[in-house]
Amino acid sequence: MEFLAMGGYGFYVWGAYGVAALAIVVEAWSVRARARAAEKLAAATPSEDRGR
Amino acid sequence: MSLYQYSAPAAFYPVAGLLAPWFAWAAALCAIAGLWIGFGIAPTDFQQGEAYRIIFIHVPAAWMSMFIYVVMAFWSIVALAFNTRLSAMMAQALAPTGAWMTFIALWTGALWGRPTWGTYWAWDARMTSELILLFLYFGVVALRNAIDDPRRADRACAVLTIVGAVNIPIIYFSVQWWNTLHQGASVSLTAAPRMASIMLTAMLVMTFAAWFYSIAVALVRVRAIILERERGSAWVAGLPRLQRA
Repeated sequence: MEFLAMGGYGFYVWGAYGVAALAIVVEAWSVRARARAAEKLAAATPSEDRGR
Repeated sequence: MSLYQYSAPAAFYPVAGLLAPWFAWAAALCAIAGLWIGFGIAPTDFQQGEAYRIIFIHVPAAWMSMFIYVVMAFWSIVALAFNTRLSAMMAQALAPTGAWMTFIALWTGALWGRPTWGTYWAWDARMTSELILLFLYFGVVALRNAIDDPRRADRACAVLTIVGAVNIPIIYFSVQWWNTLHQGASVSLTAAPRMASIMLTAMLVMTFAAWFYSIAVALVRVRAIILERERGSAWVAGLPRLQRA
């Protein structure tokens, strides 16, 4: 409990670390989703169609 | 056998796929070690209390936000000079991660500033130029989305990125050039660090975590970009993983 209170600075410390962790999770998840979508898109694109 | 052969997307694609998980694991291990040192070992600061622990993410994120831009500008120059596809794709892959790092730096800075300075935000030179950096990243991403032809978008984004690079020395030297609320550097390349070594250790380990994380994410993203842009070419169609899908 004392650890969570951070000597009265809990809101600032955990607010900083919480949002930073969330940002990293969101970015990692979205880049993974983009990679999967790109694989599907590439697999569905016929080889002679040179769309970029 | 030459390193230059990896400037072809077809050659770089599998290499990036091989490297990305290693960087991701290195990032996770460094983050765990850095947080352990930062919260478990480093003592309470005698002036700032526990609030100072925010710097273990703030400083690495702020460094990354500037460094990613420099790397992006480097790839943009290469892309313009040699008209190479992969360098433009690398620049494209770095922009969102740079924006996230800038956001984290601004956010954690605000939450550190409130208990330490008494304010979340001030329009001082360091903070304002870092905010401009965020807008530059947004601008590069938005410009690319606004142009349909990827090769034209490459050139436009490269020019914008290179012009915007003027902001990087402004951020870096802002605390010397102007009288800012933001303090000067506690750690610099030219002088001995002005902070306790265990705190410095936590910050540097977290910096390595930020490095490895950025590299891992950029590698996965550049693979997605390569597939998005090279789909339809023979080498993409021949990828074993796609043929199974």
